[in-house]
Amino acid sequence: MVEKRPFLHLLAHLVLILGVLIVAFPVWLAFVASTHEPTAFTSGVIPLLPGSNGVETYATMLGTGMSTSGAPPLGLLLWNSFVMAMLIAVGKIAISILSAFAIVYFRFPLRSLAFWCIFITLMLPVEVRIVPTFKVVADLGLLNSYAGLTVPLIASATATFLFRQVFLTIPDELTEAARIDGAGPMKFFRDILVPLSRTNIAALFVILFIYGWNQYLWPLLVTTDAKFYTVVAAIKRMAEVTDAQPQWNFVMATAVMAMLPPVLVVILMQRLFVKGLVETEK
Amino acid sequence: MKRTIFGHRLLPWLLLFPQLAVTFVFFLWPAGQAARQSFLREDAFGLKTEFVGLANYAALFRDPLYLNSLQVTVVFSVAVAVLSMGTALLFALAVDRMLRSARAYTTLIVWPYAVAPAIAGIMWWFIFNPTIGIMPYLLDIAGYDWNHGIDTTDAMILVVIASSWKQISYNFLFFVAGLQAIPASLREAAAIDGAGPVKRFFTVTFPLLSPTTFFLLVVNVTYTLFDTFPVIHATTEGGPAQSTNILVYKVFVDGFIGLNLGSSAAQSVVLMAIVIALTAIQFRWIERRVEY
Repeated sequence: MVEKRPFLHLLAHLVLILGVLIVAFPVWLAFVASTHEPTAFTSGVIPLLPGSNGVETYATMLGTGMSTSGAPPLGLLLWNSFVMAMLIAVGKIAISILSAFAIVYFRFPLRSLAFWCIFITLMLPVEVRIVPTFKVVADLGLLNSYAGLTVPLIASATATFLFRQVFLTIPDELTEAARIDGAGPMKFFRDILVPLSRTNIAALFVILFIYGWNQYLWPLLVTTDAKFYTVVAAIKRMAEVTDAQPQWNFVMATAVMAMLPPVLVVILMQRLFVKGLVETEK
Repeated sequence: MKRTIFGHRLLPWLLLFPQLAVTFVFFLWPAGQAARQSFLREDAFGLKTEFVGLANYAALFRDPLYLNSLQVTVVFSVAVAVLSMGTALLFALAVDRMLRSARAYTTLIVWPYAVAPAIAGIMWWFIFNPTIGIMPYLLDIAGYDWNHGIDTTDAMILVVIASSWKQISYNFLFFVAGLQAIPASLREAAAIDGAGPVKRFFTVTFPLLSPTTFFLLVVNVTYTLFDTFPVIHATTEGGPAQSTNILVYKVFVDGFIGLNLGSSAAQSVVLMAIVIALTAIQFRWIERRVEY
């Protein structure tokens, strides 16, 4: 702030309050809808204040799910999403930190080719190569499995670059000292590189967990067995009913539960989240 | 470049193996298949395939549906980029004036980053539901009859709002960082020379923010091209009358539902070319930034 302008300051507050309200508006309505009885949505306009049916809605969804649309209980959906998000985040971090270590600390033939192979994955998002990738996964017999849900997504150029950047800033003297003390490459990796990259790993984990949790197209294609549905991909099946209005209270309860875990991660780990976001875009 | 390295011949390959295996099996091989398929024509029963050269591409760019999809994608991308970046910049400028409350406001604006695009789509779909939604109700009072199931403009507005809402948080964070990187002395000097807040914004702040703006533009275009698939799929499904059928959604529909593999593959290759161009732009920009 350069000079004192009370009017402008007040305007800024107003803009921000309006902003916070706009941002929260759809989520508030979703929450409100999930606390009403189904009859509240048959006519008129959607309610704006919470109703009294919330406990029942969530109990039904968590316990039995929406049987009419063939969706399993919300508990199972959330568990599947959690497993998928964890496997993707841990998998991406593990294979990327290993490949960054190989690229930075070793000289071997075809090193730059390996680097470019990894780099190219940046340019091939799932959406672009869905049909052939689906065929590969089907041929490998990975449909309807956690492996099929996660393994095709765990290659990561971004994470590899991030770790490469981190390793390049670690002073050579440390490596020399470790070598003089007789440490082999794997011991150096385990006892020096991994502990030194701890905050980067944590920041990356936050971003990748959200990425994994929010996957949509891939789980939609790979899972036809309700046992493996994830919550984000299943919501469309619940909202889609022919010749009738969706059961809004159940659909919105699912939406609230589907966004709760990643939103909590962002709010509780805001510092790591911002760090991860800024780093992965470099 | 590291001076101190480890000498091993086999170990680096073992370390790289998982990454390279996944990359090859699920990225390079399918991408190659898509490229190959785009030059072939397969009959409806998959019995006969023949090499047709560039015929699939030629057909693609003569197909009015594809040209329409291209146009829809451009309109959608520009609308989402302008709406979400404009709103985010406004919020960022406001937060930049705050001292103690900046952190609280930031937290309250940033969290939708974690909401999946599909969920954002479903929520706005609910809000705009023609029968019971709150927005059609308000618009009706204002004399507008909203129905995104029939009206093509309404459908586009719906997907633009849903996609922008989710992207504001991201743009906001980067704009705030960009604003904080501008030295206060520059703005103070302009103020001493008699420039008011509006003039300062247009002559000092906004030009100095242009690298951030440009970077966000590329990121937002990439976002609208690929990550908004769930928004479309969960709400309008490309309709009504193809009005929201963006390129990635069309690849999916033609490949999985229409089973038109040659055309779908050609569309995939066109999309790959677009991503490669965008990535190249992004990396060039970053190289320049490092030089500063």
